[in-house]
Amino acid sequence: MSELEPKGSDAIERANAESVPASGQESAPFLKQLKGFWVTFATMFKKPLTIEYPEIKPETQPRFHGRHQLNRYADGLEKCIGCELCAWACPADAIYVEGENNTEDNQVSPGERHAKVYQINYLRCIFCGLCIEACPTRALTMTNEYEIADDKREKLIWEKEDLLAPLRQGMLIPPHPMYPGTDHHSYYRGEVTESHPSQDVAK
Amino acid sequence: MTEYASLLLDDPIWLVAVKALLIFVLCVLLTLLAIWGERRIVARMQLRVGPNRVGPFGLVQGLADGVKLALKEDLIPKAADKVVFILAPIISASTCFLAFAVIPMTGKVIFFGEETVFQLTDLSVGVLYILAAASVGVYGIVLAGWSSGSTYPLLGGLRSSAQVISYEIAMGLSFVAVFMYAGSMSTSEIVEAQAQWWNAVVLFPSFVIYVISMIGETNRAPFDLAEAEGELVGGFHTEYSSLKFALFFLAEYVNIMAVSALATTLFLGGPSAPPGLGFTESWLGGWFTFIWFILKVALFFFLFVWLRGTLPRLRYDQFMKFGWKVLIPVNIAWILIVATLRLMTQEGASRFMLAGFIITVVVLVMLATTIYESSKARAEAAARFVPEMPEPSFPVPELPKQRRGEL
Repeated sequence: MSELEPKGSDAIERANAESVPASGQESAPFLKQLKGFWVTFATMFKKPLTIEYPEIKPETQPRFHGRHQLNRYADGLEKCIGCELCAWACPADAIYVEGENNTEDNQVSPGERHAKVYQINYLRCIFCGLCIEACPTRALTMTNEYEIADDKREKLIWEKEDLLAPLRQGMLIPPHPMYPGTDHHSYYRGEVTESHPSQDVAK
Repeated sequence: MTEYASLLLDDPIWLVAVKALLIFVLCVLLTLLAIWGERRIVARMQLRVGPNRVGPFGLVQGLADGVKLALKEDLIPKAADKVVFILAPIISASTCFLAFAVIPMTGKVIFFGEETVFQLTDLSVGVLYILAAASVGVYGIVLAGWSSGSTYPLLGGLRSSAQVISYEIAMGLSFVAVFMYAGSMSTSEIVEAQAQWWNAVVLFPSFVIYVISMIGETNRAPFDLAEAEGELVGGFHTEYSSLKFALFFLAEYVNIMAVSALATTLFLGGPSAPPGLGFTESWLGGWFTFIWFILKVALFFFLFVWLRGTLPRLRYDQFMKFGWKVLIPVNIAWILIVATLRLMTQEGASRFMLAGFIITVVVLVMLATTIYESSKARAEAAARFVPEMPEPSFPVPELPKQRRGEL
């Protein structure tokens, strides 16, 4: 029988004996009650926790999940291959991708395919980052930018142009041919570090 | 009649009019400042910043709120008694200014070439007049609650009028000791009587009771149960909107200023400088006393805010019990002591007699508290006692204790 006894029942017993039915009349000593006044008074001279947001924008953590960005290779070609894995990974169904074949005169990304349409609906996005994990080419990453709010539903569906990373030094606006003498594997391995003059078809 | 009172008597009519206008403007300005100050201070107590957008440091926030209120739609409920509904905020807002008429705000000053005191008038029953004005102000609350034609305002109005009336008694009683000490009910004479020692020191119990009851009287936290948002929506002003609500708001803050000014007058020596700083008046002129006055009022206002930032709201029955069973009896006992001491000194009792009396009182108080404490302890012990239960004659599930005993 005693094995069924819960352990430490002695302590429970003791607590039962010591516990007092609340009479509702007991209160802390007077001076103890005054302690609260000191708390509020001292708090006045502490630094407020308020962040004055529009004027002072707080730094986020480096890995904060902000809005997305579609990255580029060093010569300006898009990393996105229109595989839709991000859209499939998305638990909130916020991403819509329509792929298209790359052609001779419409080479947007290295390899076979690129995204013709790429939309992220920020009314649905929950910023979980599963799309980033799903992306096979590191095309989709998240920035630290958190000011996405807007006043129209339509404005919150971001198109490819809104999401694409800006062109850096030496990048060319796609579509343009791939770096001469490379294939998409070399791009993936990071062997393309700049654009080649022959790629500049716009000139 | 005091020197100050006679200075007031020869005021020309235009000066009285100018003073009345100035007092009104001062009240409104103080209210605007008070709203801002309260929000800022409470915010700091809660590690926030408070309003800091409108104007420098957010100083014009009160004005902006007022303008916003004025531009809002003015609703009158269908079930409301229209005339009374409109009359109530007017009564509230107009009576709250009355108290300031008899409050001396400076010492002797030169005002447009006229030697006078910044005080509208000096009545020989000045303090009673303030009490009367405050009582009329209660009508605003009662009528607002009743005429709204809705349940919560009615409950809130009843609560706050019951509260204001009961705390007015404690408040009035704490004046009695001051009256006896100064030998007058005129505010200027009371101020003069404090030339040596402030009443806050001499009549400390009266001062404490007055400070407590002034918070109850103005329906402020922790005694704001009439406006308990969690229970009664907004209390008596639930149905009010736009300018009518603004009037109640104004009335509340002017009332706070009025009771603070009264506390300053009765207990902190009015506009006179704090001990040791009396030279300021002779150096910087009579108007400097106005700064002392405002500082003292601000001190009380800070107390209001501090209490609001610190204490939770009382329960209604506890609040009433505190007023009627603690504040009023203590006050009456204290008045008796003061009266006896006063009479003894007037009759020329020796120091020995006075000391004897004081010692007797102290011993009696200690005896009373000891008896009270021990009876409280006994009551608590009685509450703890659990009688042995007789064995039940019917089958019951066993208690853990019983089972353990068997084992």
